[in-house]
Amino acid sequence: MYDFDLVLPASVAEAAAAMKADGAQALGGGQTLLPTMKQRLASPEVLVNLSGLSELVGVSSASGTLSVGGATTHAQVASEASDFPGLADLANHIGDPAVRNRGTIGGSLANNDPAACYPAGALGAGATIVTDKREISADDFFVDLFETALEEGEIVTGVNFPIPDVSNYQKFVQPASRFALVGVFVARFGSTVRVAVTGASNGGVFRWSDAEAALSKDFSADAVNGLAIAADDLIADLHGSAEYRAHLIGVLTRRAVQAAS
Amino acid sequence: MPKITMNINGRDMSAEVENRTLLATMLREKLHLKGTHVGCDTSQCGACVVHVNGKAVKSCTIFASELDGATVDTIEGQANTDGSLNVIQQAFQDHHGLQCGFCTPGMVMSAAALLKDNPKPSEAEVREYLEGNICRCTGYQGIVNAIMAASGQDVPSVAAE
Repeated sequence: MYDFDLVLPASVAEAAAAMKADGAQALGGGQTLLPTMKQRLASPEVLVNLSGLSELVGVSSASGTLSVGGATTHAQVASEASDFPGLADLANHIGDPAVRNRGTIGGSLANNDPAACYPAGALGAGATIVTDKREISADDFFVDLFETALEEGEIVTGVNFPIPDVSNYQKFVQPASRFALVGVFVARFGSTVRVAVTGASNGGVFRWSDAEAALSKDFSADAVNGLAIAADDLIADLHGSAEYRAHLIGVLTRRAVQAAS
Repeated sequence: MPKITMNINGRDMSAEVENRTLLATMLREKLHLKGTHVGCDTSQCGACVVHVNGKAVKSCTIFASELDGATVDTIEGQANTDGSLNVIQQAFQDHHGLQCGFCTPGMVMSAAALLKDNPKPSEAEVREYLEGNICRCTGYQGIVNAIMAASGQDVPSVAAE
């Protein structure tokens, strides 16, 4: 990869100042960014390392909200988010153990890979993404493939998740990459249900509104029977056709409803 | 170039590295600790797994320059102080946990990380923990048996014996 200037800030304020430089890029755990740089698909001139900032690390919960610092690793969420077991379980199946020890929630959300797990968790729970400048609802955050509402230089400092009554994430693993071939996150808050789908759409993570409406009336796997999702805008590659992914969305949604706790 | 110092296998070691230098590259090319292997260089195969501050990480996917002052453990530090194989290494030998040996440093370091957190894992837990370590020789059964044996659990004896 090309060399770069590395900034090791001592605070979020220092990081934000460093992010003003031309060609600056935030570095979380680097589990996506480093492979991307090796392939020269990205060549930032300045990397601002966020993973050393203790003020961005931690999991806490209070009055129905789970708050996760932006530089918190997947492994830490898996072991500490016990108040939100659906999210802890999601975090515990990202990549592999060594990747989970480095990869961060802020990095995953900012990257918005169309097959990543965390975008489904954030959108499915209706989370709020907190940056150094503002708060952004998950419904507004995920814009398109690898594209978010983040502005140039903006840093994800944390994520606030409303804790659902029950939730579950089902991931059909693409075994070579361990990303989701399709992943579905289901969360029920009282009689309101949210369903977020990752891995399937050319536009990145999305909510399946038909399933949400059906499950809000009747939170059972059978409620999803007969609902079909159009394959037109779904991803088709050598791992699975668009029609196959459309089928998986229904299967995984039913499994998530059955497993929700 | 910045000079980076880490405590590696109990000794402070330093090297001048570029910002882009990977931990695996620093270990192998600057410090000549060539036990850590680089297989895929895309963070999938796990041959490069080492421990940084007690956690298993892929050393091909972390910059050395982020790690000034860190504690790093590599395969070279795993043997007993008298030079004999430690429990995990001996179990790999006893249970045919390796053939070509290329993946073995990463396998042993992943196994050590697993057993530190979970001293008596089930076979399913061992297999799940090794998701990020790829072996192209053994078919994994010998590796899984070795880790089960290293945790003091009964495993079938090797058929050839």
